[in-house]
Amino acid sequence: MSATLEDYRRVAGSAAIDELVLLADRVRHRRLQHINSTSVGGGVAELLTRLVPLFRDLGIETTWDVMKGDQAFFEVTKSFHNALHGGTEVITQEMFDVYRQTTDMNLHDLGNDGDVVVVHDPQPAALIAKKQGTSGHWLWRCHIDVATPDPTVWGFLKQFVDQYDASIFSMPAFAQKLAIPQFMVPPSIDPLADKNRDLPESEVTAVLEKHGIDPARPVLTQISRFDRFKDPLGVIRAYRLVKRRYDCQLVLAGGGASDDPEGEQVLQEVRDAARDDPDIHVLLLPPFADLEINALVRGSTVVMQKSLREGFGLTVTEALWKRKPVVGGAVGGIKLQILNGVTGFLVHSPEGAANRVIELLGDEQLRLSIGKNGHQHVRENFLTTRHVRDYLLMMLATEHREHDITLMTAGRK
Amino acid sequence: MGQPNQKSFLFDTELRLVVLTGVKARTLDELRQALAKVPGSSVFFHTHQEYLAHNFQKPVYYNDFAIWVSQTLREEALAEKLASIDLLAFTTIRELRDTIGATIDEYVASLDRPTYECRPDEAFQFCRSKSFVLPTGIVAHDVPEFFAKLPLISNASLYFHFFEARLRLGRRTNDFSRWLKDQGRDDLAKAIDALNPYSRTLDELKQAIIRLGADER
Repeated sequence: MSATLEDYRRVAGSAAIDELVLLADRVRHRRLQHINSTSVGGGVAELLTRLVPLFRDLGIETTWDVMKGDQAFFEVTKSFHNALHGGTEVITQEMFDVYRQTTDMNLHDLGNDGDVVVVHDPQPAALIAKKQGTSGHWLWRCHIDVATPDPTVWGFLKQFVDQYDASIFSMPAFAQKLAIPQFMVPPSIDPLADKNRDLPESEVTAVLEKHGIDPARPVLTQISRFDRFKDPLGVIRAYRLVKRRYDCQLVLAGGGASDDPEGEQVLQEVRDAARDDPDIHVLLLPPFADLEINALVRGSTVVMQKSLREGFGLTVTEALWKRKPVVGGAVGGIKLQILNGVTGFLVHSPEGAANRVIELLGDEQLRLSIGKNGHQHVRENFLTTRHVRDYLLMMLATEHREHDITLMTAGRK
Repeated sequence: MGQPNQKSFLFDTELRLVVLTGVKARTLDELRQALAKVPGSSVFFHTHQEYLAHNFQKPVYYNDFAIWVSQTLREEALAEKLASIDLLAFTTIRELRDTIGATIDEYVASLDRPTYECRPDEAFQFCRSKSFVLPTGIVAHDVPEFFAKLPLISNASLYFHFFEARLRLGRRTNDFSRWLKDQGRDDLAKAIDALNPYSRTLDELKQAIIRLGADER
């Protein structure tokens, strides 16, 4: 069953919910339509599953449409996705043709239900053609890291994006040269989802023990894919430096990498590096292991995210929410989340990471105060409710385009 | 609040979206050039948003330009000069923009070495905000009630009545002082106007105002 607005009041605070109601009063006359490319699996579907009921709870008529595509289409859009992330992909004219043909098919089937239409990510971007002749406001929401996109794919996509009324990116570094306004709406985590909700201590301990982790000794944890940009070998180096001072354990846990040959290679390198040390736990978790990940983080003394390159870094958000002190690489969105020395520590090397972990392990008060600040920072800036608020503001922004500051105080009693 | 000579004080709040301008800078020269062409609201954003962003601990600098110059370009002396620009001395954003520009120019002219070009991913990204001001429903009908209601208002509300009203809406002083003056309380109006909102967190500012009205409640 979906969580309701009132469920969020308990975790996000009454002020945040009251603010949503205040804003919803101003946009309730407009219908909201979301369009993406999948109803299950993936971050966007997960987000919409939570957001759509909340919009409805706020009295806003909201629909969610999923575009249809065959395997060929999704292979093309996966290549686009990788290329937009800055990866090297072979892009052919045929791929653009597949994208256009699938778009045309969907244009025919798609209902036009929204006064405000939010189209998520590159797959359905060309559906903007549907806007012609309607009075709706169309927004393109880009959830992916486009800091250094492949120019061919971005050039192709840009012709569609420029036809929208506005675009939405997750971080300042993702801003592009566009003819339309660009808004920043950071990602969010759902405090009521299995990955983040409160867990009883017994459940946390049970998961640690299941993996042979000793709850009585300090636990350092990094949750991430086995990817060189996440620097798991650097984390092991940092751990070995810490180990000279504290009898600690290291958990490196991440999802499978069956479609990623390099991921398998990195995993093997990590296993080789960890081989002689029973206190290093390399855990390859199955999909849908959200509760287990939640427990592993909650059972940790310090969480690390020593990335060398990062989009936003939601694993950091999730750890901060659980009041864990986080030592993170000073890259990408981690810099927005870790206020150095306040909500965690930013580092540039395994040595720097080790120093900060040693400092944290030696000072329980520091761990507590940093954990408390981190929780508050996430509560104020990176929860689902803030995401809803930003979409409501976007709905207002489409109606009030002229001014940077709009006084909506006229007509009050 | 809005209208002068208004009997009641109506507390408003401000909700905002961040707008990305797509303008970025990797060197002091680029920062200087961009500063001259970005909208005034971007200059306001980068000199004020830190006050709203962090309310549980004072950052080293509140000014985004100073933070970037310090952390990314490692030009500490310039960061200190930028951070020490007295925002209270300005009643228009144009004057503020000119002063920031002149401070950078003067510093660059004094150097006998080249300055640093940061990595693309460390570039200064110019933003601005798009804000909506909404009534909170909190109303004070007289001076005692005004001070009694102050603890209930959010930092976003305080930010609007103090920072936005003065500099972005050109009201020349904060909304609280304007209203108190209209109520015949010039003493309190002046005392609040004399508080420097730029040297404290919003929580601290609120407490300072509440203390000034301690005898009124």
